[in-house]
Amino acid sequence: MSDVKMPKLSDTMEEGTVLEWKKQDGDEVKRGEVLAEIESDKASFEIEAEADGALHIVVEKGQAVPVGQQIATIGEGAGEAAPAKKAPAKPKAETKPKAEAEPEPEEQVSSPSGGGPPAGRGGEKTESDGEKASPLARRLARERGVDLASIKGSGPGGRIVKEDVLAAGEQPAAAEKPKPAPAARRPEQDVEIEEPTRMQATIARRMTQSKTTVPHFYVTVECQVDEAVKMRQQLKETVPGAERVTMTDMLMRACALALQRYPEVNASWVDGHFERKRRVSIGLAVPPEKGLGLLVPVVHDVDKKDLVALSIEARQVIERARAGRPSPGDLEGGTFSISNLGMYGVDEFNAIINPPEAGILAVGAIKDAPVVVDGQLKVGKVMRLTLSVDHRVYYGVTGAQFLGEVKRLVENPVSLVMPIAAE
Amino acid sequence: MAEKLFRAALREALDEEMERDEAIYLIGEDIGKFGGAYRVTDGLLDKYGEMRVVDAPIAEEVIVGCAIGSAMTGLRPVVELMTINFSLIAFDQIVQNAAKIRYMFGGEVGVPMVIRMPGGAGHQLSSQHSHSFEVLYGMIPGLIVLAPTTPEDAKGMLKTAIRDENPVMFLESMSLYNLRGEVPDGDYTVPIGKAAVRRQGSDLTIVAVSRQAVLAAVAAEKLEEEDVDAEVIDLRSIRPLDWDTITRSVRKTNRLLIVEEGWPTYGVGAEIAAGVQERCFDDLDAPILRLGGAEVPMPYNQSLEKAAIPSADDIVRRALKTIGRNGRGAA
Repeated sequence: MSDVKMPKLSDTMEEGTVLEWKKQDGDEVKRGEVLAEIESDKASFEIEAEADGALHIVVEKGQAVPVGQQIATIGEGAGEAAPAKKAPAKPKAETKPKAEAEPEPEEQVSSPSGGGPPAGRGGEKTESDGEKASPLARRLARERGVDLASIKGSGPGGRIVKEDVLAAGEQPAAAEKPKPAPAARRPEQDVEIEEPTRMQATIARRMTQSKTTVPHFYVTVECQVDEAVKMRQQLKETVPGAERVTMTDMLMRACALALQRYPEVNASWVDGHFERKRRVSIGLAVPPEKGLGLLVPVVHDVDKKDLVALSIEARQVIERARAGRPSPGDLEGGTFSISNLGMYGVDEFNAIINPPEAGILAVGAIKDAPVVVDGQLKVGKVMRLTLSVDHRVYYGVTGAQFLGEVKRLVENPVSLVMPIAAE
Repeated sequence: MAEKLFRAALREALDEEMERDEAIYLIGEDIGKFGGAYRVTDGLLDKYGEMRVVDAPIAEEVIVGCAIGSAMTGLRPVVELMTINFSLIAFDQIVQNAAKIRYMFGGEVGVPMVIRMPGGAGHQLSSQHSHSFEVLYGMIPGLIVLAPTTPEDAKGMLKTAIRDENPVMFLESMSLYNLRGEVPDGDYTVPIGKAAVRRQGSDLTIVAVSRQAVLAAVAAEKLEEEDVDAEVIDLRSIRPLDWDTITRSVRKTNRLLIVEEGWPTYGVGAEIAAGVQERCFDDLDAPILRLGGAEVPMPYNQSLEKAAIPSADDIVRRALKTIGRNGRGAA
């Protein structure tokens, strides 16, 4: 019998959700067949059977379990598949009846032989002996005259913790006369409640954190990109390997050069210090292949790669990420980001910084527009770039200089195909 | 101030102390001509000669016994055992003599001696050469047990250890020898029995020992992404323990996680957990949790070894459990 475990997709993945079982409980499966679709906080991906046999599903669809936990078994024959125990759903504190509150199971790190009963429960009788509460919560309840029996614990296993007592202390009336449970707030009839995917929940959390804690300001420039468009065409037609160089690739190269020149931008604000990054790694905001969301695959050490090399690498990283099969490092370690909505026709927009980075470049569409060249009105190609800046890390002048440098490089694109200086 | 390697900071402490006091001498295996298995004593033989940098035979009980005798008669030996794993051969000398002589001689004779010992796992040295024996020595009255984690502390604590009138077990994590950090120039000391708060925080206290204190600081950064503000205490001194710093922190955060690389059963975490619940019972908002190495002989296989040692991610997970949360995204 072989165990199917929740795989670890990225360094940061700690748990995953079974989005869908592609096989039924009891199905005979063959090594290499897709068993299920798994979702982590960053992407979704498929897992395959590593053995032949009958599948026995342990963790139902929709359940989040930690990395490494068994989610199914594959038995040698159909009859053997049933494992001894079916793992229960992750216990939900709220729903656990308190009368049955048992000591929490310890994890592997504590004594392996420690099978004995827990130490005797404290003998001291208090008015709220029946409630599970932390020592601190009991002390606070005593000091504030809060009756623990009137509080619902929010800690593990329904334990009453400090915050619960403090919250109860703030509304003494409520403690005395518990309101008749108001009819659970019903969603409006014309609203449908939809649970976010883990990726969407992560985006919501991180973007809120960014917009509420990172002081943003924005700088916009308009670039004349006739030369860049022309050069891209030339590259496509004449340079092997450069057939698929995109404007984003050229901007990535330009940003790498500009970040080298203005290292203040390639930094973070952490714990009251500047963290200057030694590597230049640029994240590219892209949508996942399936569903709604946002991924930021990262091309590392962009400053050390020429345009063609980084174009190829960017394409590979993006493909892996969008397909939900990122390699380790693909989704982390960025020091700056680029978000290009040009292909959707937007003129310009303001992007939200992806912390702990301190800048993100929002790229608009390339458009034909009247431009003034040497005092003459002409039709030219223009593109608007907007830089979002973390004002804790650098300031208006640096933001303007950095963006001006990106503009200068894009408008003189030969600088983007110069060979990389040897170290 | 200059950036130096951990091992260079140790060497600097030895060099400056030997220059200051002629009673100080070094003894150990391969510390002279070879410069030490980890190059901590490099060049000291040339500078101080064979009388003060003694290449000893491969016989740990002889080395430590010799050091104890010379310490009793006025010298100040600094022993290097090639690794802490070999200290078991000298365990009798350390426990029965070094730790007890001051008491048994009514305080008339002391053993001012330092035993430096590289230790810890992570280098595929397998089950017999990967120990963390903080606990083995931490339980012995009469010994002082120190474990620095920064180059600055390495120098300052080694100087303090050399100047102390008692036997000091000086634990050096092999993984930290190439750690680089600021080291103040010239003479300074770091007191025995003082833990260091490496990061201020309000949600939970992570007390960690030796290399795990370095990983705990990394874990604290990751926890910040989870909106958890962890306070990190680097224990530094295993015996005596700095209860003041630990209890002050727990009274602030109300939650405690203790991390060590060694086996957790009867471990540093067990000792601190017991002491904290005695002192801070009414300040605790959650059970005190521990994290330690897997309770197995250390595997040679690289992946298994990695799995047997607490990682920064393990610390994050354990910290979230202390807070009552399950992990990334699960608020």
